[in-house]
Amino acid sequence: MADLTQDTPRSLNDIQSSYMAEVSRKRLYSGIMLLIFVLLMVSGFNLAADRNGGSFWGGIDNFFDLPVEMVSEAASKVDQFPAHFATFFPALIETVNIAAVATLVGALGAIVMSLLATRGLARYPRLIGVFRRVLDIMRAVPELVIALILIFVLGGGPVPAMIAIAFHTVGALGKLFSEVNENASLKPIEGLESVGANWSQRMALGVVPQVAPNWLSYALLRFEINIRASAILGFVGAGGLGYELKVAIQWGQGKYDEAAAMFIMLFLTIVFFDQISSHYRNKLVHGTNKGTE
Amino acid sequence: MLRIDRLTKRFGKNAAVEDVTFSVDKPAMIGIIGASGAGKSTLLRMMNRLADATEGAIWFQDREITGLTGSARRKWQSECAMIFQQFNLVPRMDVASNVLHGTLNRRSTLATLFNLYPTEDIHKAIEILDRLGIAEHAPKRAEALSGGQQQRVAIARALMQDPQIILADEPIASLDPMNAQIVMDALRRIHEEDGRMVIANLHTLDTARRYCDRVIGMRKGRVVFDGTPDQLTTGAARDIYGAGAGFSEAATSTDINALEMGQEILPA
Repeated sequence: MADLTQDTPRSLNDIQSSYMAEVSRKRLYSGIMLLIFVLLMVSGFNLAADRNGGSFWGGIDNFFDLPVEMVSEAASKVDQFPAHFATFFPALIETVNIAAVATLVGALGAIVMSLLATRGLARYPRLIGVFRRVLDIMRAVPELVIALILIFVLGGGPVPAMIAIAFHTVGALGKLFSEVNENASLKPIEGLESVGANWSQRMALGVVPQVAPNWLSYALLRFEINIRASAILGFVGAGGLGYELKVAIQWGQGKYDEAAAMFIMLFLTIVFFDQISSHYRNKLVHGTNKGTE
Repeated sequence: MLRIDRLTKRFGKNAAVEDVTFSVDKPAMIGIIGASGAGKSTLLRMMNRLADATEGAIWFQDREITGLTGSARRKWQSECAMIFQQFNLVPRMDVASNVLHGTLNRRSTLATLFNLYPTEDIHKAIEILDRLGIAEHAPKRAEALSGGQQQRVAIARALMQDPQIILADEPIASLDPMNAQIVMDALRRIHEEDGRMVIANLHTLDTARRYCDRVIGMRKGRVVFDGTPDQLTTGAARDIYGAGAGFSEAATSTDINALEMGQEILPA
């Protein structure tokens, strides 16, 4: 039947009216979708507002009180900031160190896990599902929970924080890496297989050169996220800048200048590593171009 | 009508287009020929304002095109349609929507985001597609069509703009001879029936000779030939392409008839 309609050319009017019918059907669908979306948002907001202890609109004014108080107090003590920077710099270094080691360890684990969990590359194709679920679990458990357990077992300090962040990083980066791996061309790998290379050789020499720039850029993004995560873990006793921040904020008035100084330090650190990472990422991408010229 | 005055485009110290001057008095079909890298594409892109000129000016009916900015520039672009070698359609959208993109300059962003085009525009889009012989394909995704059909969709998008000028950058370079002829016939018909100016970059001499009223030859960014197709002799073509005596037109022709011609020229 479809062939029949193809053979007899339809009149212009038919084509116009059938296309218009399709357009109005599409418009109806998107209108309904928009309506459902708006209704869900409104009803969801109202439900959440009802369950709230206070009222959302009643409390929204207070929402800005703390930042305003912090900023005004910090502004009045701006002359003390250089001293604060000097005081908290060792804590910042500790925080960045935790993040760096955790990212490195996590990325190495993620490389192995991602190669085992990628279709077409995996060493044991039947176990792909198992490795994927392991990655899911590692991603699902929050760093904070692992850190709390490890601090209970090992005592406070940077090592439990590092392990907790690295564990989560394996799960998060493993997923991203395996998506990168899926886009790698299988031709070089087939070429290496034809000369009798084993699995590790095929991965190291056939896959890694193709995917390394993308892996690096995901790992550097993760490093930035991990700096923030390691600062948060300080709140539960893992040391570093987070611990100092917790003390300063819980102390309340009188210490807000210290808290503000630490926020500025964290922000500058993130900016610094963002700049460094984009610089090296560009170098890596353009460096390969230079080699082929 | 259209006047180009000492137009120059430099990339670093290399000039892609240098000191190009010509004018067109009435709507015509103009072919621009030249070797790869002669600056043909850059010239068209400057006329559409996809690229900025380094020096010189383009005038169209008392309007200076090279100085336009913001919405005035976009308004000019809507009056000066562009057709590309690789069609440059949105592959995952249907053919009629791609044609309706020709009206984007006239419509609000919000309405176009929700695909709310007026019914008369939709009807007109399908009429244009019908004129080009592909109305049947209106509801299909653009990527499902063959190259020749996609180029006709691109021409339909250009017509939907209701432009004064149609610029075509190598419109048939990615097409087989049969589809190339259909596309060139369509461009010629648009020029004759609608009276629109058509300026096309072409990579074969026989197409330029057969379809154009006027041929402009470019070499290394400069205009080296400007005349009627009759004046475009093999000697003139050798100058344009910087070719030696071994240059034979039939060897590179994509015209089906050239097969026979070529066999006559080549010794048996």
